[in-house]
Parts: sequence; C-alpha cells; structure tokens
Amino acid sequence: MSGHSNYEPKTGIERWLDARLPIIRMAYDSAIDYPTPKNLNYWWTFGGILAVCLVVQIVTGVVLAMHYVPNSDLAFNSVESIMRDVNYGWMLRYIHANGASMFFLAVYVHMARGLYYGSYKAPREVLWLLGCVIYLLMMATAFMGYVLPWGQMSYYGAVVITNLFSALDNVIPGVGTAVTTWLWGGFAVDNATLNRFFSLHYLLPFMIAGVVGLHIWALHVPGNNNPTGVSVKSKADTVPFHPYYTVKDGFAILAFMILFAWFVFFEPNALAHAENYVPANPLQTPAHIVPEWYFLPFYAMLRSVPNKLFGVIAMFGAIALLFVVPWLDTSKVRSMRYRPAARIFFAIFVVSVLVLGWCGGKEPDDVVIAIGRDAAGDPTGLSVTVFSRFFVLYYYGYFLLVLPILGLREKVLPVPDTISTPVLSHGGSALPTGATAEASKKG
Amino acid sequence: MLRNALKSALLGAGVAGLLLAAGGASAKTKVEEPRNGHFSFEGPFGKFDQAALQRGYKVYAEVCSSCHAMNLLFYRNLGQPGGPFFDPKHPNPNDSPYAKAISADIKVPDIDPDTGDTIQRPATPADHFRAPFPNEAAARATNGGAYPPDLSVIAKAREGGANYIFSLLSGYAPPPKGLTVPAGKYYNPYFPGDLGSFWTGPKDQVPKGGFISMPFQLTPGRVTFDDGTKSTTEQQAHDVATFLAWASEPKQEERKQTGLAVMIYLFIFTGLAYGSYRRIWRNVAH
Repeated sequence: MSGHSNYEPKTGIERWLDARLPIIRMAYDSAIDYPTPKNLNYWWTFGGILAVCLVVQIVTGVVLAMHYVPNSDLAFNSVESIMRDVNYGWMLRYIHANGASMFFLAVYVHMARGLYYGSYKAPREVLWLLGCVIYLLMMATAFMGYVLPWGQMSYYGAVVITNLFSALDNVIPGVGTAVTTWLWGGFAVDNATLNRFFSLHYLLPFMIAGVVGLHIWALHVPGNNNPTGVSVKSKADTVPFHPYYTVKDGFAILAFMILFAWFVFFEPNALAHAENYVPANPLQTPAHIVPEWYFLPFYAMLRSVPNKLFGVIAMFGAIALLFVVPWLDTSKVRSMRYRPAARIFFAIFVVSVLVLGWCGGKEPDDVVIAIGRDAAGDPTGLSVTVFSRFFVLYYYGYFLLVLPILGLREKVLPVPDTISTPVLSHGGSALPTGATAEASKKG
Repeated sequence: MLRNALKSALLGAGVAGLLLAAGGASAKTKVEEPRNGHFSFEGPFGKFDQAALQRGYKVYAEVCSSCHAMNLLFYRNLGQPGGPFFDPKHPNPNDSPYAKAISADIKVPDIDPDTGDTIQRPATPADHFRAPFPNEAAARATNGGAYPPDLSVIAKAREGGANYIFSLLSGYAPPPKGLTVPAGKYYNPYFPGDLGSFWTGPKDQVPKGGFISMPFQLTPGRVTFDDGTKSTTEQQAHDVATFLAWASEPKQEERKQTGLAVMIYLFIFTGLAYGSYRRIWRNVAH
C-alpha cells in the first residue's frame, strides 16, 4: 500500500486495469510481495486469526439476521427457532455466539503481544490507536449482540450497562437520566432499545471492517514490528509475505479453528450463562448479573469503587489508558526481550487482568481470604471487592507509573544491530519465556 | 456546580481505590450439588437412548404437562431424526405415524374458519404442544400464585442441566426439624433459595436448598412404562430429565456428529498446513 511497488502487470487486461484502478497492484504489494520480518513468532499470527474471526462473525451474522426477529415479544423464540428449524441454524448461531468469545480471546493475545514487544512505539502509534478504536467498537458490538437473544442476562446486561450513563446525574443532575432515556428510546429497556441495538449491531461490524482496513494500511507503511523490536535494516531481514507468512498464518488460523470448533460442537454453552435461556422478564431480576467473560475484568473495576460515577470512570479510564500508551512508555527499547525488569512488571500486569476477570465473575461479597466466621458460620474476611482494588491499582499503576518511570531508569540488555544478528547467531539474545515458538526455531 | 462536582470527582478518584466497603458477608444461597445422572448423551460421543426418550415423553405427557407448557415444541419434533419416536421408514416427521397418533389424541384450541367461533380440534404434527393454561394469570390462579415455567429449554436454562432436573425431581426430602415450611411450599435441597429466616436451629446449620411451589410428583408407579421398565421415582426422574435435555436441544446429536467430522477434517488440514510451513521455511534462518 505504500513505498516501492514490484508489481509488473503481465497480461493486457492487467496493464489496462493497472492504468485505471491499480487494485491488483495494491493486493500484490500488500499480500504477496509485502516485505515481512523473517523472525515473527506465533504471537504475530493473531492478526490473521482476528481477520478470520471478523469475517466469520459477519458472514454468520448476516445469515442469522435473515431469521432473527428484533421484537421484544418474538426475539427469544426466534433465536430458538433458528436453533431448531433453520437448516444448520444451530451451527450458525453457535459459531456466532462462540465466535464472539474467540474474537476477544484472539484480540487480547494480539494486544498483549503489542504491549510486550512495544509494537505501539514510533513509528506505529497510529497503528496502535486504530487498534484501540477497533477494540472499542468490538466491545460495543459484542455488548449489543449479547442483548439480542432477549434472555434474562441479555436484558439485565442492557439495564446495567445503559444505567452506567445515569452516573452523569452526579455531575450535572438530570443529564444522566436524559442520556439513558435517549439511549433506551423510552423510559426502560424495551422494544425500542432492542430494535436500535439490532440496527447498531449490524452496523458496527462494517465500521470495524473499515477501521481494520486503516489498521492494515497503517501497518504496511512502517511495516511489522518483530520480536527483537529492531527495525528492518536490509532486505536480508525480511521475506515476502507470500508464501512465508500466508502459510505460517494459515497454519495458526487452522490450529485456532480447532479450539473454536471444539467449543462450537462440543461445549457450545460453556462460555454462556444458563440464565440467558430464560426469556427476559423485566419484573424478575436475576440473583447474579454477570457479563460475558471478556468483560469481567472491566466489570470488576466498575464494582471495585463504591461510588457509581467513579466506578464508571475507573472502568472507562482503563480502556482510555490504552489510547495513550505510546506516549506513556518512555523506553527507547521496543521489545521487552531486552528489558528484564519490564518483563516482570508485564507478567504481573497480565496476572492482574486475569485476577480481575476472576473477581468480576464472583459475587462482590464473596470472601477471598477468610479471617473468621460470622454467626451463621460463613467465612468473613477479605471480600472480592476489596481484593480486586489491589489489582485495579496495579492496572493503573502499570500504565501511569511503571511505563513512564521504568523506561528512564531500567537496565536493558544489549540490543542486536539487526534482526538477522540474533537469528543467525542463535541464542545471542535473551529469549522471552515461551514467546518464541519452538517450531519456527527449527525451520 | 460542575466545577465542584469535578473537584470532588478528582478527590474521590484519589481515595476511592483505597476505601474499604462497609458491610460483611451477605446471606448466601446454599444448594445441594446436583447428583450425577450419568446420562448417555453426555460427552462428545454421547447419544440419546431412544427408549429413555419415549419413557421421558410419557412422564411429561402424563404428569408435567398438566401444569408445564413446552411452547417451543411441535408434535412433529417427536418424530424427527433424533427424536423419541423417530422411525427411519418415515424420514419426514410430519408423516410420522407416531407424531400423528400422539397429536390426534390431543385437543388444541383453534378458530372455526367458517363461523369464527373458538373451537377445540384434534392436533396435528404441525401443532405446538398444547399449553395447559390459556395464559399466565390462569396458570398462577391454579397453582397458588406460582407460575410453572415453560419446559422447552429448561435443561439449558438451569445450572447443572439434566443432572439438576434429575436431582430436583427425585430429591424431595422431609424438611429437617427446625425448618418451618410455608403453606403451599415444599422443601427441596436442590432448589435454590435462602432458608435462613425459616430456620430455628443453630445458625451455622441452615439446611441447603429452598422452597419450591411444586409438590413431589414422581411417586413410584405414577407412570406405567410401556416397555415394562420398573417405574421408580429415580427411573421416572431420569427419563424425564433425558427427554427435557433432548427437547432443549433436539439437534445436539447432529451437532456432536458434525463436530467429529469437522475435527477430523481440521486436524488433517492443520497437519498438512504445518508440513507446508516447515517445507517453505526450511531454507530460511529465522
């Protein structure tokens, strides 16, 4: 998409088209000839996996929309009817529902890879920002999609999330209520809400696809980062995208599909809640309202703060922080392969997010560390809410303190001059634990 | 006002993370873990036992259906592939003699096309399972205010699925001494609830379970099985749980079989892709 093009039209038709719309040239330059660092490990295959996830979600979603009825009286039964009476409807719906989980699993790995190898640093800030926009759009899309089956968890999920905006009442009284009424299209989550969520759920994926186009464009201008974080210096550092990375990504995509298929065909409801097979009932609030697993860390952040407005700020702030990561990290070294101290902080960060996810799935009053017992014999002690606060603090601390300060004070290992140096000398670099795949070492 | 609010917001944000929540552990619902029914349809290779499905349908038809609707099911479903009465000789479930015979015995409400009057006519395989009550109010009026839930997807809609249904239906027990059971309610250790306020015994020994509005139904011999199977409480509960698990997801056998083929395909394809990868990269130091 940028830089020198090696495309040479071979036939008359190609030459004719190339002079009018160089679309084949663009495809050739960005998917065939595109010079890619030769040392990308398997963590780099998740971009391709995500592209496949998006296509799978759009294709299954378009077909599901042919059968789904966005009406508060009919939605639940129309989803069940898809599962029972539409040819392979059960497969379409399970692929779409589990596809959302797979999409988030892949995007979290993709983001973690970016954070570890410093893929957000110059000259890739815009690439990272576009990725954050995609992530935000994904969250909105997934949330609205989860509302569509109109089960109990759908309904109360929508109630809880839309009510977050009523926290604005604490800033300017009345504004929060006005915003929620506007979001609902009425005075409660109801048919109007379901209809607009369906409309937006159909719209946003195409916006995601558009931003993904920009994301790939912004990738192809500076080119890929790589596990060493060292910029490409010469042609010796790269291989053409095809066939080298089409085959490596293809293999990884297929391996990922095995996991995906296992959920779809053997445990299709394992990642969902039984409660969502109960039709939505505005008069009966479920005992525990829990979001899907991929939102649990943020749910834990929301609940960790006793004040609603600050809880909402803590939650959205956690996502907003991602947008400024390129300017928070002061380290000149991109890859944490050469930043031993950063590696430890990063590992704790990953653990913190996982623990927050665990906290999000628990009840706020559940006891994590029991100290005593109350009159009823129930353990008392450190509650999930209090426990989660330590990890919320670390989450914020990682971005606001560790990234800016560590880069100025840490001791870094020697960074190779070129990508090829550590490749050829084998073991000349400190390998990140488990970060490089064994298979790519043997090749 | 806005400035003040923002100021307090900033101040609050600083200390919010350090604040500790007031209030201790709340009352918890405690439920007995469902028993394992060792159902034949569990696992990637699981299949429904057709005889159990037929017995289970009979339990539903003779016992459950007097209060519980299954609005998502049609009589044709009984004769479809994988269903309780599927016969390979009649691949089209609408032609299934079983579905026809079962539905013909049941009267469903309809509108007379000539007069517009409401009438009752014999059901066909294309009809929904007949609902026991015309509406929710009628259902509640007959059941002491409780609304018997629709059972169409009940096995998917409860934690524990078929094991839970099996345990609940066969798990009625006499209430422990010290537990006051309200009128019209029944104690069941598998039903979620909080019995703390009905318990006069030691505070740390609140019984597990809750109060359910449905009395014990599956007394031994309640349903006579056509295949001669002994009609114990366990047997009836196990069979109806099997039937309800099928009804919740009639395509699950097809799903697992397709999944097996998909897995074999994916493993071979992935293996080939890995071989290609190794071959293409063999001369590249990386």
